[in-house]
Amino acid sequence: MSTAVLQARGVRKSFGHTEVLAGIDLDVEPGETVVVLGPSGSGKSTFLRCVNLLESLDAGRITVDGRDVGYDVRNGRLHELPPNELARRRRDIGMVFQQFNLFPHMTALENVIEAPVGVKGERRAEAVDRAVALLAQVGLAGREKAYPRQLSGGQQQRVAIARALAMQPKLMLFDEPTSALDPELVGEVLVTMRDLATAGLTMVVVTHEISFAREAADRVVFMDAGQVVEQGRPEQVIDDPQHERTRAFLSRFL
Amino acid sequence: MAALGEVRVSDLPTSAGPDLDVRDASRRKHPWRWLSAFVVLVLAAQLVQMLITNENFGWSVVASWLRAESVIRGLGVTLMLTVVAMVIGIVLGVLLAVCRISANPLLRSAAGVYIWFFRGTPTLVQLIFFYNLSALLPQLTIGIPFGPDFASFDTNTLITPLLAAILGLGLNEGAYMAEIVRGGLLSVDPGQREAGQALGMTNGRIMKRIILPQAMRFIVPPTGNQVISMVKATALVSVIALSDLLYTAQAIYNRTFETIPLLIVVCLWYLAVTSVLYVAQSFIERHYNRGARHQTASFWDYLRIRPRSQS
Repeated sequence: MSTAVLQARGVRKSFGHTEVLAGIDLDVEPGETVVVLGPSGSGKSTFLRCVNLLESLDAGRITVDGRDVGYDVRNGRLHELPPNELARRRRDIGMVFQQFNLFPHMTALENVIEAPVGVKGERRAEAVDRAVALLAQVGLAGREKAYPRQLSGGQQQRVAIARALAMQPKLMLFDEPTSALDPELVGEVLVTMRDLATAGLTMVVVTHEISFAREAADRVVFMDAGQVVEQGRPEQVIDDPQHERTRAFLSRFL
Repeated sequence: MAALGEVRVSDLPTSAGPDLDVRDASRRKHPWRWLSAFVVLVLAAQLVQMLITNENFGWSVVASWLRAESVIRGLGVTLMLTVVAMVIGIVLGVLLAVCRISANPLLRSAAGVYIWFFRGTPTLVQLIFFYNLSALLPQLTIGIPFGPDFASFDTNTLITPLLAAILGLGLNEGAYMAEIVRGGLLSVDPGQREAGQALGMTNGRIMKRIILPQAMRFIVPPTGNQVISMVKATALVSVIALSDLLYTAQAIYNRTFETIPLLIVVCLWYLAVTSVLYVAQSFIERHYNRGARHQTASFWDYLRIRPRSQS
């Protein structure tokens, strides 16, 4: 078995007659930050949602930390897991959404401790201590009692990052985390994410921020029409793309 | 305005203002407001005069019956019926709503048929139907379907007027509550569910901690209205000879012919109960509005005479 935290093989997914993923292979090594670039509708968000099974796969296989997220292997076959077991396996995969999806009826602190206390059964006092530290880490010390609507978009997204980190995930998925933000708020979220990448968190980031890919990515994956077109070091893919489709996509950002 | 000759040091120059200033404009007159207010005042004065001078109201009779033991007992039956029927209605409503949005098509349509039937026939008819259930099913039996029976009951002794009332009102309420709960559940952004799933929460936990608390904001106000409607709907049970507030009053005025005073007693008690419920509802709504943008108006805002500030 490989050392990869995330291993995807031949992942296919269709919505109706539209094939969104046409056979994706991807490995993500521990501590690696992989940035997925590609035009809208290229399937990159769908792929990310397949990793923690918010979308089911039609074909192929995805393992996280060596285990299928929604399946057990018995007698050489995959068996679909019952819902509560699937929920258990999702604990190790953090996800940050484009629309933040904070729980609006809970304060920032309550958002962060909800899953550690309610899902993992951590002691409340410990969870609170760690949540306060995490909120400070994302630059929100002192805002523990704020409700999401009292925070700016950038602050909300940083609470969402702290909420995902509180589960101490082995893998973090970022689904266009800055696309819903006002331009002047994008920077603060990207800085938080870059710090996490530097600290050695294993991350897969779907984004349109080329500068973030250049600065923080260990590897850039370019997707188009449901396929991985090319991948490599950021300076290779971004500055010296080999494929026509990659060049066409990147030329729009210059 | 700054006094002449005084020199102010400021980053921004202060404007002296134009010759014609909206501040000094004459305000619009509102003759229709004054006229309509006058009409209302005249009508109110007439009403008060009638209440005082018309002896048919029989206020002394009202006062003597208001806290009579039989009336209070009738009120107790009305309140008990309201509570029991609402509890049945809410529990049934949540179950039906969950069935309505479940992935299982048979559950979905079964709940749909239930709601269709109970909302499509009058409550009064359903009440009389349950009261006369023995004509349809003389025996009620518990046992294995199509198999042996464990116990059998005579419908006439089992379905008392009280049970018929509880069944009629409760099962009917379940159908209405189901639609209210379903609307509330659907009003929560699907991203909330996904966020819960991504954190490894089970479906039950997502429902309890994430979806329901947010849906409550949409469920509680109409449920409050349902409770208030239920208080009044219980008056229907007087047709199946259950001694609620109205039936008790009817029993008394059939004897004493003080029809109007006793109906006033009934109205006063219904008003007292519904007023208390309005106040309770406004408190509960405020509780579930945590983190919400729009704060709701309190009970007193309905009755307030003070003009609203213009925005």
